[in-house]
Amino acid sequence: MTAPFKGQFWPLPRGIHPPENKQQSLREPIRKAALPKRLVLPLTQPGFVQAELCVSVGQQVRKGEVLARGTPGMGITLHASTSGIVSDIAEHQVPNASGLPELCLMLESDGRDEWLKLPPLDYQHCDAPMLIQRINECGINGLGGAGFPTHAKLQGALNSKHKIHTLVINAAECEPFITADHALMREQADEIVTGICILLQILKPERCLIGMEDNKSDAIIAMQAAVTRVNDPRISLVVIPTLYPSGAEKQLIYMLTGTEIPSGTITLGSGILCQNVGTVHAIARAVAHGEALVSRIVTLTGAALKRPGNLDVLIGTPIAELLQQCDVDATQLSRLINGGPLMGLQLPHANLPVLKITNCVIATTNAEMPPPVPAQACIRCGFCADVCPATLLPQQLYWFARSKELEKAESHNLLDCIECGACAYVCPSHIPLVQYYRAAKAELREEKEKHLMAEHSKERYDYHQARKEEEKRLEEQRRAERVALAKQRKEAANAALAVAGASAVADADSAAKAAIAAAMERVKAKKAAQPTTTDSAAAPASIPAPDSDTKV
Amino acid sequence: MNPETLLPPVLALLGLALVFGALLGYAATAFKVEGNPLVDQINELLPQTQCGQCGYPGCKPYAQSIAEGGPINKCPPGGAGTIHALAKLLDVEEQALDAEHGKEDIRKVAYIREAECIGCTKCIQACPVDAILGSAKHMHTVIVSECTGCDLCVEPCPVDCIDMIPAKNPLQNWHWQRPAPRPAQMQLIASDWMQGASR
Repeated sequence: MTAPFKGQFWPLPRGIHPPENKQQSLREPIRKAALPKRLVLPLTQPGFVQAELCVSVGQQVRKGEVLARGTPGMGITLHASTSGIVSDIAEHQVPNASGLPELCLMLESDGRDEWLKLPPLDYQHCDAPMLIQRINECGINGLGGAGFPTHAKLQGALNSKHKIHTLVINAAECEPFITADHALMREQADEIVTGICILLQILKPERCLIGMEDNKSDAIIAMQAAVTRVNDPRISLVVIPTLYPSGAEKQLIYMLTGTEIPSGTITLGSGILCQNVGTVHAIARAVAHGEALVSRIVTLTGAALKRPGNLDVLIGTPIAELLQQCDVDATQLSRLINGGPLMGLQLPHANLPVLKITNCVIATTNAEMPPPVPAQACIRCGFCADVCPATLLPQQLYWFARSKELEKAESHNLLDCIECGACAYVCPSHIPLVQYYRAAKAELREEKEKHLMAEHSKERYDYHQARKEEEKRLEEQRRAERVALAKQRKEAANAALAVAGASAVADADSAAKAAIAAAMERVKAKKAAQPTTTDSAAAPASIPAPDSDTKV
Repeated sequence: MNPETLLPPVLALLGLALVFGALLGYAATAFKVEGNPLVDQINELLPQTQCGQCGYPGCKPYAQSIAEGGPINKCPPGGAGTIHALAKLLDVEEQALDAEHGKEDIRKVAYIREAECIGCTKCIQACPVDAILGSAKHMHTVIVSECTGCDLCVEPCPVDCIDMIPAKNPLQNWHWQRPAPRPAQMQLIASDWMQGASR
């Protein structure tokens, strides 16, 4: 490298040198892929929240119109990649690891490719919230691989208590066969640097380091020229030696800054933010041109393609159509791989859409990539530990993952594994190590989730029990109170009754006595008068008696 | 041996024994551990669904029975993971899940078909974690994030409007599996290395 490109870097202690195979797809400039008749757009980006649908079947949409809005926070908005009619909303297979179908929108293209753009923004006169809002509206997520929503990352950086001092632009593109970023930098360097300036405007870091592997000389020249043109002292290009996996986030940050990101933390905690170069380009398109993320550069390569190259592809284009445009030799094609040969996924067939995170499709032959040979027993050679870029002990992790000793695997920092595949690449026994790690990681995550759920449920159950006991106690108390009250009332009533009863009895007694006395008086008087007819005299005397009885 | 030289060490040891004895005796009463700490440790490992599939009225009573030496394989929601953790804690042999109490399944949650709900509040009373919302003669619904999938609300429902559905869709439930184990009797010869290329 010539002098201006030289910058300080910290060499990666471990890594591998697989055959690069990048030249095949770099012979031609980026081609525009033909407009497909039918596009398939999944509502969910793999691993993220499903967006909320805001169109209906039969609706006419223009290119860049919102089809599904991302939920606030981590959502990613989906736009129509071309103008046409929403023909169906149904499940369709997408390139994901599980092979399970996802809910997708089918878009029938009308061939006009009519844009609906947002008004362009002059980023130099915009504040950070406005720019982040625009990035969110344009549905941009990380184009490097994981697909993390860019607006959420930037918002997280602004909300973080650590100020971002270094912005790292990942232009390493270390995996063999993939040249999408390389081609983009070769042709769109100015646009990329505009994107970097927008990020500088949002984050206001002290410096911005662009990390590039030294195997892309033409892209380095183009990028250096573009950086020189903007003349911002904060931006510098750092050329690093080619070593897989220098493009992994934490590894690249170490190479450029010498900072090791502590295990279990994210880069924001160290005051560093990393963005892929493709994402930066999308940001520039969104802000300066008002274009939503509807297309990306995809590398189509592999020995089964007669005309490999980089294509500018609309999101949702079926991979089969792209293969045809690269003159696929169907008789030779043995396997389709999404992504690179080390970290990529094997695709079941070509009737799958291009996603925002699809950077490469390899159509390979048996001669180029022989099918995996059967795994043999681990011979404890330790080659894997010599190449692990995260400086883990892959062999030890393999034993723990295999025997399901998850706690031990975790204590050996399984979660720091970046699944780069370097260990499996050098394994002389061809053990699919990464598969074991992925399974163990998933199980570990599941266990943790279960544990959290159990703790939460226990808390709720304990509360439920406490509440029930409290209710029971209160009920008991209320009952006791009611009993006491009832008793009191009864006593009071009895007392009142006793008083009332006594007076009533007294009255009745005196009345009866009076009546008897009166009767006796009358009898005496009659006796004195010596009546002859006793019947008539006795009858009136007996009448008052029953009356007084009923009264009592 | 002269008893005069023997006496001081004997007295000293006796004195020490008395002092430490008194200390231990004090500590035994002052720092007495209430309840059985093992029960809490076991309870921590149980999934806390409070479903009663083990035959005990909740996770704590089951933990109690395990602490008293009962079998550790009666918890279907916990499954193999819980049995493994319990075996490790108690240093006993791992057992397969007792099929009598049910099978291990993915996490499910209760779902009330709201149009059919008559608002009887019976399920609300059955729920051990207060995950059902509603009031008399008004529609009820399940708070999914709180539901443990214990099944206890299904039986009391007089109109059978509660279904147990998977908590996550198949895509969220999917995760990477370990590679298929190597066949036991596999013979490899040197040319297998280039197996793919020769085809």
